[in-house]
Amino acid sequence: MNILTILVSTVFVNNFVLARFLGICPFLGVSNKIETATGMSIAVTFVVTLSSIITYVIQVAILDVLGLQYLQTIVFILVIAALVQFVEMVIKKTSPTLYEALGVYLPLITTNCVVLGVAILNIQEGFNLIETIFNSIGASIGFGIALILISGIREQLEPVDVPEALEGFPIALITAGLMSIAFLGFNGLV
Amino acid sequence: MKLSKVFYDGLVKENPIFVQLIGMCSVLAVTTSVMNGLAMGLAVTGVLVGSNVVISLFRKVIPDKIRIPAFIVVIATFVTIVEMFMKAYTQDLYNALGIFIPLIVVNCIILARAEAFASKNGVVASAVDGLGMGVGYTLALLILSALREILGAGSIFDIQLFGPSFEPALIFIMPPGAFILLGILIGIFNSLRKKKSATDA
Repeated sequence: MNILTILVSTVFVNNFVLARFLGICPFLGVSNKIETATGMSIAVTFVVTLSSIITYVIQVAILDVLGLQYLQTIVFILVIAALVQFVEMVIKKTSPTLYEALGVYLPLITTNCVVLGVAILNIQEGFNLIETIFNSIGASIGFGIALILISGIREQLEPVDVPEALEGFPIALITAGLMSIAFLGFNGLV
Repeated sequence: MKLSKVFYDGLVKENPIFVQLIGMCSVLAVTTSVMNGLAMGLAVTGVLVGSNVVISLFRKVIPDKIRIPAFIVVIATFVTIVEMFMKAYTQDLYNALGIFIPLIVVNCIILARAEAFASKNGVVASAVDGLGMGVGYTLALLILSALREILGAGSIFDIQLFGPSFEPALIFIMPPGAFILLGILIGIFNSLRKKKSATDA
């Protein structure tokens, strides 16, 4: 598949949050402020790309060779958990400024289903290494765009008088629904 | 602690979807039809009960420092069992739910129950807690998927409810419908709870 097609498709048409429902928890949890949303997006891009490269290599070099495909779920989640810890330690040692910006988001990422979702999808779609990398980057950019957009909307929503029962989560979900309708407009682009 | 109370807490008072607001991804994604919703609910309930029982059994053996990785391995094992089971016996459902079966591993409900309940309570209570939370989750899935299927396809369990002149609102089967309906449902649940606590007080 064409690399550009993969990018456009994962960022807009099959947006991971708004069309595939992956990563809803951080999408609703850390989307109160644009600043935190940006930090989270960068951290996710970093971890997703790194973890899908590693899980891809493990799948091709170890699981496929030994016929252990059924261990995929267990192996992938352990790799991701270990990787997140490792990345956190490395950043802490090498770049305190980066750590200050991303540190709080890193532990949250282990249970972000975007990471495991992208890793598994890459294998299911039968991508090669280059396609895997671009698919991961596209997925995380799509996640970032959705996250930053909704945090912008939610900042504007703050002073608005929302019905009491809908405050917080429910209104964020309805907002996401309207955004999702807008993203349907990208259908047929690829 | 009474077991019936543990079960009721999971089902209503601390319903994972409507009250705790966790585990949203799969809820939004698989509720395109009642059948899918039910299957996902049962799969999650199975994993929850299994992992709660095992973690509760080993709660005194697992060192505190590495408890999260240990929990994740236990959970991933049960998810793999469910995955293989569904692949063998319910191929259609396995294909329909797709990637969301392995993603049960990162469903926060399961890790949250392991950490908050199973690692502190006995085996029977943990099993009941898993069952209550699982049934509560399934219930939420059923409500949402029934609404989506009726509004978006005019059917329930694939049985057509209305005459041929019925024009289904396709949007409810598509992603936006899931977001909007779940938002409205949580809103309704919130206002019901507020009314109840006002009358209790």
